[in-house]
Amino acid sequence: MNNEPILKVRDLRTYFNTDDGVVKAVDGVSFDLHPGETLGLVGESGSGKSVTNLSVMKLIPMPPGKIMGGEALLHGDDLVKMDERAMRNIRGKKISMIFQDPMTSLNPFLRISTQMIETIRLHEGLSKSAARSKAIDMLGTVGIPKPASRIDSYPHQFSGGMRQRVMIAMALSCNPEIIIADEPTSALDVTIQAQILELLKKLSADFGTSVIMITHDLGVVAGMCDTLAVMYAGRIVERGPVDEVFSDPKHPYTQGLIKSVPRLDTAGQGRLFSIEGQPPNVIDMPECCPFHPRCQFAMDVCRTHYPTETKVDETRDVHCWLFNSEREKQEVEAR
Amino acid sequence: MSSPEKNPDTGAVATEEDGRLLTVRGMKVHFPIEEGIFIKRKVGAIRAVDGIDFEIRRGKTLGLVGESGCGKSTTARAVAQLIPPDEGEVIMDGVDLTKAGKQELLKARMNIQMVFQDPYASLNPRMTAGDIIAEPLRVFVNRGLLDLSKEAIRDEVGSLMERVGLSAAFRNRYPHEFSGGQRQRIGVARALALHPKIILADEPVSALDVSIQSQILNLLTDLQDEFDLTYLFIAHDLAVIRHISDEVAVMYLGRIVEIAESDDLYKKPLHPYTEALLSAVPIPDPKVEAQRKRIILTGDVPSPDVERTGCYFYDRCPKRMDKCRSTVPRLQEVAPNHKVACFLYFEPEDQT
Repeated sequence: MNNEPILKVRDLRTYFNTDDGVVKAVDGVSFDLHPGETLGLVGESGSGKSVTNLSVMKLIPMPPGKIMGGEALLHGDDLVKMDERAMRNIRGKKISMIFQDPMTSLNPFLRISTQMIETIRLHEGLSKSAARSKAIDMLGTVGIPKPASRIDSYPHQFSGGMRQRVMIAMALSCNPEIIIADEPTSALDVTIQAQILELLKKLSADFGTSVIMITHDLGVVAGMCDTLAVMYAGRIVERGPVDEVFSDPKHPYTQGLIKSVPRLDTAGQGRLFSIEGQPPNVIDMPECCPFHPRCQFAMDVCRTHYPTETKVDETRDVHCWLFNSEREKQEVEAR
Repeated sequence: MSSPEKNPDTGAVATEEDGRLLTVRGMKVHFPIEEGIFIKRKVGAIRAVDGIDFEIRRGKTLGLVGESGCGKSTTARAVAQLIPPDEGEVIMDGVDLTKAGKQELLKARMNIQMVFQDPYASLNPRMTAGDIIAEPLRVFVNRGLLDLSKEAIRDEVGSLMERVGLSAAFRNRYPHEFSGGQRQRIGVARALALHPKIILADEPVSALDVSIQSQILNLLTDLQDEFDLTYLFIAHDLAVIRHISDEVAVMYLGRIVEIAESDDLYKKPLHPYTEALLSAVPIPDPKVEAQRKRIILTGDVPSPDVERTGCYFYDRCPKRMDKCRSTVPRLQEVAPNHKVACFLYFEPEDQT
């Protein structure tokens, strides 16, 4: 893995103005993505996983949404400041997305060929016939049988798993550097999920693509990802290499999350560990640790101040007062 | 299958003796495919449930797993007689529900309740939480099958809400004021209202976040101990099924391909489909994941609209043999309490 990250996200903040108040959907998210790295972004619904990535792609509906600050540097160019025209050359070409539900993200009125050739011609400047043969190649690569004839089918003529393969073919067709996969297998059955994950893993290795994998399934992260970022209420609360985070989770939320999932390889006896309470409402969130009402280690400082980022070791950091020194806590409380 | 079970007359007696609460035999549900605008002609059938047998013992949980479209939900609905099965028997407490009269069925339904997957869709948005939970009680009071005063219903609703972890002060709130996990608690309270013997839970935790999922699973486990409930628990998540079930049945294309004690099935899966299914599930542990070998099945689940003359899994099976093509394997006991429908373990001629 090269040391220079291709994507550097720093203190990204995306807020939504609603009738009930300001929703801080993403509130100071920072992470790096290195070439060839697969980063897993986990969290519960509403934790800001998808909004983070839509912000990077500048696909947030504005208004009501607004990117309030921060930067997303792709090879040093800040996507947050880029205009719509320049963004069009990024989307699909440099960064492409795979969505959860391939039925809603493919246009049901257009043949697969039309949808694929359009993208390829736009970004690669190929002739119609060259773009078509490239599209057929890609469909073959993702394991669609008889791609030359299937390319003229409509999306509804494919099964769920096949549609997701079409999405992957479209996403890879312009050799992007980054693929953002937003719950790519959550709508699929386990046997089909296994096929798709295997395919994604193989192709991202073959093409050297970096992947941001958004998921709520810790199992998928364990099998697919190199690094992991856990999100809670719009912030990344813990970040690090997958092996280390799973074997020694630091943040009480990560610990709870890993413990509360029933596992296939252990017999289920009695009760599961469970994090009590509900995920917080992110409207007009006060400056506290959003996890403190559900946290068994909550201290006074957690109720009044959001923890500063602490490096636990070289590759890992965590946002939790448990890992700050006494001095830091006192400094913050004195302020 | 052993011979006494084949005699339908012994059903009632057997229920009392060996603690079986629910027995399903040879149940089939076929949905007709029709053609024509004015005069409908039946041109085929979707064989959603194509002949299944299982039984659930009192106070135990039977987990039903399978991929979407394999007939799990239809099975639950057919057991509750929401969709009358085309063939077969559903014997609950000695009464065959498929042949029961209207009054008899109504009484039986007090003992069978359901919890649904989507707590957003299964609660009426125009009713308050209190009314939703009280509704089953009111229905049976109106029909003269229960004798409860208004105050008694009110108290009952309050204690049900407290029991499932909701404050009784929330009884006048509407479903949209609750979070997903709380809504599912309302659904559970409604199912408990009539003190049923069996709860058919159709993907009750699939729509919930991980941390909420474990809360609801714990609640269901606690309620089972407290009220001696029996569950038919449907899920596509095999880890959840393993956690909650005493016995597990694996369905494929409308048939049960394997049924066994939970631990037994997960440690020693016999059917090639079960094996593939188990190997496909990701385990939340990178060290375990790195060493696992996946059996990747090719292709998709075929459409259930044709009558099959061979094994239903034939097209995708990595271990298929010639004999699988021409004879349908029936579920047979190949180890104690472990039944499987696969010719790897017996010959077609041995089928009873």
